[in-house]
Amino acid sequence: MLQTLLKEVKEYKKASIITPLFMILEVFMETMIPFLMASIIDNGVETGNIEHIYRVGAIMIAAAFIGLLAGLGGGRYGALASCGFAKNLRESMFFNIQKFSFSNIDKYSTAGLITRLTTDVTNIQNAYQMILRMFTRAPASMICAMIMAFSINARLSCIYLAAVIILGIILIVIMSHATKYFRQAFPKYDDMNASIQENVSAIRVVKAFVREDEEISKFKKTSDIIYRIFVKAECNLVYNMPIMQFTVYGCILLISWLGAKMIVSDTLQTGELMSLLAYCMNILMSLMMLSMVFVMISMSSASAKRIVEILNEESDLKNPKHPVYEVADGSIEFRHVYFAYNKEGMEPVLKDINLNIHSGETIGIIGQTGSSKTSLVNLISRLYDVSAGQILVGGVDVRDYDMEVLRNQVSVVLQKNVLFSGTILENLRWGNKDATLEECKEACRLACADEFINRFPQGYETHIEQGGNNVSGGQKQRLCIARALLKQPKILILDDSTSAVDTATDAKIRQAFLEKIPDTTKLIIAQRISSVQNADRIIVMDEGCIHGFGTHEELLKHDEIYKEVYDVQTRGGGDFDEKAGE
Amino acid sequence: MKRQVNKMARFKGNSKVQIKHHMKQFCRLMGYIFQSYGIHCALVVILILISVLANVQGTMFTKNLIDNYITPLLLSKYPDFTPLAHAIGRVAGFYGAGVLASYLYNRIMVEVTQGTLRKMRNDLFSRMERLPIRYFDTHAHGDIMSIYTNDIDTLRQMISQSIPQFINSAITIVSVLISMLILNIPLTFVTLIMVGIMVAASKTSAGRSGKYFLEQQMNLGAVNGYIEEMMEGQKVIKVFCHEEETNQKFKELNDKLFISANRANTFANFLGPINAQLGNVSYVVCAITGGILALHHVGGFTLGGLASFLTFNKSFSMPINQISMQLNAVVMAMAGAERIFRLMDEEEEADEGYVTLVNVTKVNGKLQECRQHTGQWAWKHVHQADQSVDYIELKGDVVFDSVDFGYNDDKIVLHDIQLFAKSGQKIAFVGSTGAGKTTITNLINRFYDIQDGKIRYDGININKIKKADLRRSLGIVLQDTNLFTGTVKENIRYGNPDASEEEIIAAAKLANADGFIRRLPNGYDTMLHGGGANLSQGQRQLLSIARAAAADPPVLILDEATSSIDTRTERIVQDGMDKLMHGRTTFVIAHRLSTVRNSDCIMVLEQGKIIERGTHEQLMEEQGRYYQLYTGNVIG
Repeated sequence: MLQTLLKEVKEYKKASIITPLFMILEVFMETMIPFLMASIIDNGVETGNIEHIYRVGAIMIAAAFIGLLAGLGGGRYGALASCGFAKNLRESMFFNIQKFSFSNIDKYSTAGLITRLTTDVTNIQNAYQMILRMFTRAPASMICAMIMAFSINARLSCIYLAAVIILGIILIVIMSHATKYFRQAFPKYDDMNASIQENVSAIRVVKAFVREDEEISKFKKTSDIIYRIFVKAECNLVYNMPIMQFTVYGCILLISWLGAKMIVSDTLQTGELMSLLAYCMNILMSLMMLSMVFVMISMSSASAKRIVEILNEESDLKNPKHPVYEVADGSIEFRHVYFAYNKEGMEPVLKDINLNIHSGETIGIIGQTGSSKTSLVNLISRLYDVSAGQILVGGVDVRDYDMEVLRNQVSVVLQKNVLFSGTILENLRWGNKDATLEECKEACRLACADEFINRFPQGYETHIEQGGNNVSGGQKQRLCIARALLKQPKILILDDSTSAVDTATDAKIRQAFLEKIPDTTKLIIAQRISSVQNADRIIVMDEGCIHGFGTHEELLKHDEIYKEVYDVQTRGGGDFDEKAGE
Repeated sequence: MKRQVNKMARFKGNSKVQIKHHMKQFCRLMGYIFQSYGIHCALVVILILISVLANVQGTMFTKNLIDNYITPLLLSKYPDFTPLAHAIGRVAGFYGAGVLASYLYNRIMVEVTQGTLRKMRNDLFSRMERLPIRYFDTHAHGDIMSIYTNDIDTLRQMISQSIPQFINSAITIVSVLISMLILNIPLTFVTLIMVGIMVAASKTSAGRSGKYFLEQQMNLGAVNGYIEEMMEGQKVIKVFCHEEETNQKFKELNDKLFISANRANTFANFLGPINAQLGNVSYVVCAITGGILALHHVGGFTLGGLASFLTFNKSFSMPINQISMQLNAVVMAMAGAERIFRLMDEEEEADEGYVTLVNVTKVNGKLQECRQHTGQWAWKHVHQADQSVDYIELKGDVVFDSVDFGYNDDKIVLHDIQLFAKSGQKIAFVGSTGAGKTTITNLINRFYDIQDGKIRYDGININKIKKADLRRSLGIVLQDTNLFTGTVKENIRYGNPDASEEEIIAAAKLANADGFIRRLPNGYDTMLHGGGANLSQGQRQLLSIARAAAADPPVLILDEATSSIDTRTERIVQDGMDKLMHGRTTFVIAHRLSTVRNSDCIMVLEQGKIIERGTHEQLMEEQGRYYQLYTGNVIG
């Protein structure tokens, strides 16, 4: 795991190595100071040697300045290394996600991906900086101070060594205890946030059923639980500070007592005693710092795991070695196709599909939710690979095409479609970035989108908000169709893409397709019979199998599912769709 | 993103106004804490004082140790260590008290912090539940959520760490300063000058870091926004082979973020070494000056005094360091506190209604109020003029009389709506998205108040009816099913907290939900999570119908779901809805032919006006907009 992460340090390796070196230099200079001070006292003040005081004083100031420069350097390169590392992580993850196939994408939730790219990276950035700076600084400071202390007086310094070991053990116990409690506490905390979220988004229901009081008292109960759990968890940490103080004070008193005796018996000098006391803080504070860094690093390990997961995820679709760059025509053939989303042991969602669609045909696809209509069409542009069997487009297996060529020739209007922030024109040009304004307008005319675009004050320059939230569902769908048309594909697939368009416009769009792009093979998935009944042929899907395939008339006669749906929808059980998208 | 921009704008404003503003928030926050934890806080201050003084006296002891014990001991021939042992014992006692105090105040602070947060959460939530719908329309849900998560989180850090540290630092600074002055005045001045330099240096560094920090936040917002949008549209990117372009744009934004983050962090990192090393310089200068002073015994300055002073020198710069480190956290917390208090200050949904809904029995054809549940309801109208009481039977008549409505006064979205629904009638609204169908239904339950005209329920102006009672008399089934975390049973009971087990099952049966519920692993006790994510769309709808059925209201508002479910499930849902509508006044935002056909009256809305009304047959004959919509289905 660590290896995968560290690979992303890349050009910031130098900074990552320099930073701890600077930190060690800073620490070294810092620890020099009490040591030199001992010399000032013992060899200067006590012997009355002013010159010695000046000389050592100058060295001390020089040490402080070198320390300052080293500290600044450490800060500078630490920032560079950690920010650069974060930048590389974000970039590599983002780039890798762009390589994901549909089945890779399905594995992660959108929210999950976003958290990984944002919060998790920030956590790692902070942890990395912490490791580079504090993680070297604290132990270095402790070791330096310890060495200095030992060189002054080894016997007295044993007190520090003992204190460090005892305090270290106590801190580890406290911290591990506390993290255990915190680990239990956080899911509860998430639950509480989930319930707030629920109330925010369902506020209309709460108010409509006059449940405000009940919701408030329910929330108060949850918030009581949170209170109790967190008090319990934090009570563990409360010991940190006093125990630390206890140890420091204990050391000071012990050293004072023993030190006094040693001075009297002339095995220690006063200045040395003072230095020893000064190192006490250095040693124990670094230990404290170290324990805190440990907790932070252990907390960020979850983030690291999540990031590595993305970095290591490999797309399960690969371009062939010698790809075909030309799609001959818009014919489609399915040969004994089986397909399952999950390779291991899952029931296939498509079973033994055999189909032969001629170039330029209009094919309707109808069936219940879960009958795998979408799965069927997603295989054509190789958004997923078949589990068994073969799909041929223009007479060539889809796996032999260059993926980009295939997807440009097989244009899919997805069921869950998205517009991006930018102008309408910019969105349209996703289909073809070199499309002229006239070509864009033509595509919009075909998709019946021009009528409402022209009514916008800024026309084609109208700004679309993120997710297309400032246009209605029907308008969005029509823009998405126009965008797909701009590819001038050989095969056009509409996956329930006119559900929010009113029936009259829906019919108009289909009419336009028939007249303007007769050579394009058109596959139309729909819930409404009216959307497909004029197609050349209609596929009726049922539980992953083709239940019927033929013209409207044929199916009415021979296919009971089709007939049932038709009856229900025309007898008045159908939808009265008024979402004209105005 | 928007918030970031605001922040930036605010920061650019007068910084003095800014500080004053933060001070105001700070004072309010303090007041808020003191309200429930005043005694705790006083205790904390006292305990911190004890802890600091224990520390200071310990440092003072170093001087005594050298001057009063070691030096005389060195001079005496037969050193007697008993006085030293006593002294150390005394100091140990003080230290002990300090440690105890330190434990206690940390322990109390846990209580204060978590208690304050609990109170704050409860206050926020209670207030939020009572806010008008308008608030939720005008505030992004993510922003509301971030008050509970991010803002409270930064406050937690501030209350639990920054505040005690401030108190601690303040007391330390004062007591150390006094001690230093006692020990040696000239050296104190040297220290103060060095501290002045330190503060100035760190201020410059912090200022620059702050500037870049804001820039970083802006860029971070841009990157996050871009990530969010692209992850949302990942499949579209694939379908259009747009990976390269997407990567390119990301790289641009990411590089920008890196540059600003690098700068911000660099200057923030400078803070530590500047303070630490300048502190060392101060220490060295004092050591040299003090050494000379001690050498010449100027003003009776001793070696022990120097030892103590040097420790004080260190403990003087430390709290200043800490304060400057905490300052950023405090500024951020204050921005959070402002948002928290702003939500708490929001105006609650007003309710000036006085007509209430009561249980009644009919005695000799007259309505009589009674306590117990009778299944018969009436409006209790206490006339304000003479306090006489009228009981009006709850029937479910709804009348709109020339109603105008706009979300704000200058943009009216509904014009002159007239409609009359007799008890038990079914009224269907059809029309394009944005024509105002949902808006009309939101007026009946007073999610919004109308600008002009009157809405009457059983002949009473709905403004006179207590909102809770008005809403209790209205059932609602929305397109978004909005189920809650809890069991299936709890979700159905949501419509009527007093519903018995039998009533719940009856409601489920009426809604055609009983069948699938029984097939769930734990039947009616199956837990639902994430708005019922473990159920299918159709099942969720059935539950929301059952919920409305449990409430058993005389008037129903239905928003039919659009065609995202398949025909068979749809029929089950439809059947459940039909059963629910039976015998109730129903306002339905219709999407299905059958619903429209069975309606007593169809309202065709366009741009906030009713342009056609009548039964299906009448409207077909008219050959107007309705005819167009209807036949659109047949054009094929």
